[in-house]
Order: sequence, then structure tokens, then C-alpha cells
Amino acid sequence: MNLRRDVFQAIADPTRRAILLLVASQSLTAGAIASNFDTARPTVSKHLQILTECELLEQEYNGREVYYHVNPKKMKELADFIEAFRKLWDDRFNKLESVMKKYKTKK
Amino acid sequence: MERKTKINAEDGKQELVITREFELPLDLLFKAYAEPELVEQWMGTKVLKLENRKYGCYRFETTDPKGNKYGFNGVIHEFSANEKIIRTFEFENTPFGVQLEVLEFEQLTDDTSKLTIHTIFESVSQRDQMLQMPFAQGINMAHNRLQEILNKLK
Repeated sequence: MNLRRDVFQAIADPTRRAILLLVASQSLTAGAIASNFDTARPTVSKHLQILTECELLEQEYNGREVYYHVNPKKMKELADFIEAFRKLWDDRFNKLESVMKKYKTKK
Repeated sequence: MERKTKINAEDGKQELVITREFELPLDLLFKAYAEPELVEQWMGTKVLKLENRKYGCYRFETTDPKGNKYGFNGVIHEFSANEKIIRTFEFENTPFGVQLEVLEFEQLTDDTSKLTIHTIFESVSQRDQMLQMPFAQGINMAHNRLQEILNKLK
């Protein structure tokens, strides 16, 4: 449970969300990512560390360079949280609709 | 298929908006929330008390297949027929706290209507925990099913 909450905390920060968007389409080095932000380089590194720790980002080594890319599996899991919640309410409301349709014809 | 139920939960906010369009006239949609026996049918819960008026309160009790009981309660602050219900909501013995719920009922056409539920939590983390609950339960259920299959194989 703890780990999952961390994923939510990870995406609660606007800079970290921007980082995820940035690397969604391409792998980038920490330097290339940092150049997109006004924030200090160590701050961006910290964000990358958090995103990597909760497995939203993956590192890949290319020579001496470290490239970051999103982990689609983990991102999918994140989307599934909301989807499960939505499904619960959708089922509940479908039930409401069918109960009330029956109620209407009974009258 | 079109998704009839929409959830809007912005990151870092302690609120949640659920919207749904129904193939039901407005008065029938509202009735589903106002009549205890109808609430029992679609929510699958027992209605212990439902006082549809300002200062009124409500209490629901749900029993799971194992016989565990779950209590829900709240106080009604506004009850305007076919328009609006403002109430608090508490899922007893959980860490989710007490939420403020604003339910708005709208007519779309003679035969269709829309419900918007705006829920405000005490904190962002309480909201996120609530959002995660069905997912966590889903994992549990899948795990239980797996356990059942494994038990049969023994």
C-alpha cells in the first residue's frame, strides 16, 4: 500500500508531471531534461530519483550517458486506479438506472 | 462503448467530481436518492435512517458476503427536490475522514437527466486513499479467487 501511495505523491508535483510528459515520447538524459526547467539541476535530479524509485521512470545506460524513459506498465497501473474507481461507480449507477426503469413500468 | 460515468480527480487536490447521465427523467433519478427502499435496491445497502430535510441525518449499513458490517452516516444540510442535496458522508471505521458531498440533479431532456457529485475531502491523501480502494479490493478479490482455485487443486 505504501509503495502505491508513493506513486500518487510522485505525480502530485507539477515538475514531476512535466518530466513525465517530456520523456513520454523520447528517452532523454538528466541534462537534457534539466535544460527544460528553470529549476536548479540538483532539484531536477531529486525529481528524477523519486520518479525512478517509484518505477514511473526507467534508466537505460548508453555508454557513459544515462537515459530516462517512462515505464508504461507503471503508468498503466496508475490509470487503473482511477479506472477501478470509475468502474465501481459506473456499475452502481447502472444498477440505479435499471432499478428505476423497473420502478417506472410498475407504476 | 461510451463511458457514461466520468471521474475528475485532479492531482494534488482534495476534491473529486463524479458525473453521470441517466436515461431517466429527472424526478425518477431524484427519487432513487430520496426513497429508502429504492436506495436499498440500487446501493445494496440497508437504510437504517434517512431523514430528507435540513438538519436530518442518515445511516446505512452494508453487510458483505462474509457477514462483516460496514456503517455509513451523515447529516443533510440541504434537500431541494429534483435539484440539490448537500450532505456529509462518513464511511465508519476507515481512515477517509468525513467528506462534504454536493449532489446536483439536472434535467437534460424529458427522458434524460444528469447527476454531478462534488466531494470534498479533508486532505489530498484521504482522497487518494479513497480512489485507490476499489483497485486494492480488486487485487484482493483476484487474490482470493486464485486462492480458491489453488485450494481446489490440492
